[in-house]
Amino acid sequence: MKLGVIRFPGSCDDVDAQLAAARVGEAVLLWHGDRDLHGVDAVIVPGGFSYGDYLRAGAIARFAPVMEEVVGFARAGGPVLGICNGFQVLCEAGLLPGALLPNVHLRFRCRQVGVRVVNTDTAFTRACEAGARLSIPCKHTTGRYYAPDDALDRLEADGRVVFRYEPGENPNGSARDIAGVCNEAGNVVGLMPHPEHAVDELCGGSADGLELFASAAVELA
Amino acid sequence: MRARVLIRPKAGILDPQGIAVERALPALGFQGVGNVHVGRLVELDVEDPSQLDAMCRRLLANPLIEDYEIVADGQ
Repeated sequence: MKLGVIRFPGSCDDVDAQLAAARVGEAVLLWHGDRDLHGVDAVIVPGGFSYGDYLRAGAIARFAPVMEEVVGFARAGGPVLGICNGFQVLCEAGLLPGALLPNVHLRFRCRQVGVRVVNTDTAFTRACEAGARLSIPCKHTTGRYYAPDDALDRLEADGRVVFRYEPGENPNGSARDIAGVCNEAGNVVGLMPHPEHAVDELCGGSADGLELFASAAVELA
Repeated sequence: MRARVLIRPKAGILDPQGIAVERALPALGFQGVGNVHVGRLVELDVEDPSQLDAMCRRLLANPLIEDYEIVADGQ
């Protein structure tokens, strides 16, 4: 299994994502200007500040040449995971519903959060136990998940809320404590917290984040 | 044509920047300020103004969370 991690100008979590992906398979970096996914089996859009987050977080990155390939790959059912800025990019690209707004308190939040896995039927949660609680870090200023109320109702009814912050742990004011969502088919998943930073007990606070990468291995097995 | 595009948070979406500014002004002694919202201004020269709306929908604004207004220069 070969996983590709996109590197945009301004990405900063690409190396951690590559190291995390390398725990479950071969992991390569994909350059933003390259119209070629180099035969990867899954794509990870990592965190950071792609193109400086100019205009809006993710607004410019969605037009990167590599993203055209990612959109086609995702529409064909390929597994795509967006983490933090990657989640913002996937929302801007129309691969995931909703948008990420500035945190309700306008502060940068960096801390370990409890995240509940509420849908295990996606490409990146298949290896998780139903209702599992993951302890993984978040670090962002623009992470308040928003979608109109009727859209949120539909997402919940369709089981497309994949991750929820534990009660009282919502770090940004996200609607209905939503930490991550998926597309209709469940092959595209985005979340604000960082599973790639929690793959090692020694320096990650937990290794719970590995479950998302292990899920991709299950998905592709 | 010189144009300005005003982009603001959609009505009804919590705008913490607006709230922060609204709270800061009275602290400086400015009273009677309400309904503050913070948005963005994009100024541009365009050869074909009929494309401006599409530019707004596709890039300059995110219509899910933002409203935009196109103002021709001089208006």
